[in-house]
Amino acid sequence: MNIHEFQAKELFAAGGIPVPRGFHCRTVEEVRAAHAELGGGLVVVKAQIHAGGRGKAGGVQLAKTADEATGHAESLLGSTLVTHQTGPEGKVVSRLLVEEGLDIRQEFYAAIAIDRRTGGPVLIASAEGGVEIESVPQEQLLREPVDVYAGLWPHQARALAYGLGLSGDSAKKAASVLTKLARVFLDHDCSLAEVNPLVVLGDGGVVALDGKMNFDDNALFRHKDVQALRDPDEEDAAEARAAKHNLSYVKLDGTIGCMVNGAGLAMGTMDIIQHHGGSPANFLDVGGGASVDRVTEAFEIICDDPNVKAILVNIFGGIVKCDLIAEGVLGAIRNVELKVPLVVRLEGTNVERGRQLLAESGLPIMTATDMTDAAQKAVEAAR
Amino acid sequence: MSILCGKDTKVLVQGLGSAGKFHAAQCREYGTQVVAAAKPGAAGTEWEGIPYFNTVRDARAATDANCSLVFVPAAFCADAIVEAALAGIPLIITVTEGIPTLDMVRVKRVLKETGARMVGPNCPGVITPGACKIGIMPGYIHQPGRIGVISRSGTLTYEAVWQLSARNIGQSTCIGIGGDPIPGMSFIDCLELFAADPDTDGVVMIGEIGGSAEEEAAAWIADHMKGKPVVSFIAGATAPPGKRMGHAGAIIAGGSGKAEDKKAALREAGVAVVDSPADIGAAMEERLNRG
Repeated sequence: MNIHEFQAKELFAAGGIPVPRGFHCRTVEEVRAAHAELGGGLVVVKAQIHAGGRGKAGGVQLAKTADEATGHAESLLGSTLVTHQTGPEGKVVSRLLVEEGLDIRQEFYAAIAIDRRTGGPVLIASAEGGVEIESVPQEQLLREPVDVYAGLWPHQARALAYGLGLSGDSAKKAASVLTKLARVFLDHDCSLAEVNPLVVLGDGGVVALDGKMNFDDNALFRHKDVQALRDPDEEDAAEARAAKHNLSYVKLDGTIGCMVNGAGLAMGTMDIIQHHGGSPANFLDVGGGASVDRVTEAFEIICDDPNVKAILVNIFGGIVKCDLIAEGVLGAIRNVELKVPLVVRLEGTNVERGRQLLAESGLPIMTATDMTDAAQKAVEAAR
Repeated sequence: MSILCGKDTKVLVQGLGSAGKFHAAQCREYGTQVVAAAKPGAAGTEWEGIPYFNTVRDARAATDANCSLVFVPAAFCADAIVEAALAGIPLIITVTEGIPTLDMVRVKRVLKETGARMVGPNCPGVITPGACKIGIMPGYIHQPGRIGVISRSGTLTYEAVWQLSARNIGQSTCIGIGGDPIPGMSFIDCLELFAADPDTDGVVMIGEIGGSAEEEAAAWIADHMKGKPVVSFIAGATAPPGKRMGHAGAIIAGGSGKAEDKKAALREAGVAVVDSPADIGAAMEERLNRG
């Protein structure tokens, strides 16, 4: 799960990490009030969307006066911001963060993420801030493992601060921020806690100028406070609807809708469609059971996608027998009015009985004998 | 012969709820020795002839169980795994999906300290065809034989096994290592066992997008799997970056974890990588015939 920058900064501040003074605004009037509250001087108006790359896309604007600030607010609110992370369709801006302008002396990068290779969290820092971290050569990155119980040990935090080229009071302050960032990461079961940039101010203070937090979905059950930060406007409607029914769905831009049991087989089905010259419209793991209700819901989600020209159902019936799965599929087809060709490939226990049920149903279903046959038929049908 | 489990393996079940009962019964039907179940407060009672014990330690002391099959719900699962490891259970097979990542970080530390091996979480389990099934895979699709299978996926593994059995290519042991970002046993841990197993002639390795476990395995294969062919499929060539594809670990992040990079690394290591999941069985048949 992702949250907005202003929400991440609230969690940072609660964890003792200095952040700029600022206000979350949803209207032009609120922006005017925020500008006054911040002293009436230089402010930064930042679009709040769940995607990075906002600065380059024009989503971060400086304003010296109230009129400038409200002018930026008028042009940003309701606009669609397209960044390298939003996809070509972009994201509509409905929230802004208005912050005090600061006297920035130096910028750094700091983030904590799970290192799958070592099997634990790691703090990554770079003397180059505000850049895309993927573009920084590996050898220029500082890395310290974060102990899952102790957090970042003080000597590690000091080593990182010195490694960034800091000294004296600023080094102490940066070490303190990094230690607290590790604690925030662990306390909230984050998958990412990123400060880009972490800045040293003219007066030597160290502040998180930006903030990004992603959370481990599997741990949300023990963080009600984090769940409350969910912004439904930022989530894909079809994906949210699927999640409500415990279906795992990801929308893609192809023409063949897929319904598969198991995540690996679902990806494999997308791949084999492309292998035979087609393009998948979605990833959808319907789960092991493939009951009438779940299959119905899955069909409805797939059919709501106007790009879908054919549907491929690929089920490997193991513990759940193919005849039961066939009944589930047939029940669902009777519930949903299918307007596109349907190819069904069943394999596994009682497969003959399952295929017979499909064939005798009188419904326009193309049955396939194996995955290759299924993919070829679906690609042909979608043409 | 086989790896990890066989006819002598004595299985304890943790989390004998409705799904746990269904699958424990299926395992027993396959011929697996299911000797005990751990359930706080249930000591002295039994289910279908399987005695309950309050703790894993008691169960192990009374039955010599040497493997635990874990179905405990995600929120409590780390505790169950740690209990098994500290009780001296050498092999823990965790089917449970949805364990918090930081819980797995803590679990891994205990596994390292105790030397216990864990398969999973979020996996179908382990089967040595004809001898022992510990997990939720359909037993009948398997056939005893000499090919090892390692996979991050469930149903895609069944698909691969189906293709092998249809060609009369039996399996020595099939291991689902699971779809989570921090698994217990890795591809390399399993490959080491298959490389040393005199009764395994080749390995099917099914990976997917996310992380770098396949690239690490490729480097290991290049150095150690001489004489045992490896066939691989990597799921997710068509997956978009930044999106989690069902499995918690199946995500292309920051430009790494792409299927094409994994395939290239494996091909470089001499692995027969197929681009279609329908070609796994045929590729292994071809490699074996090549001799």
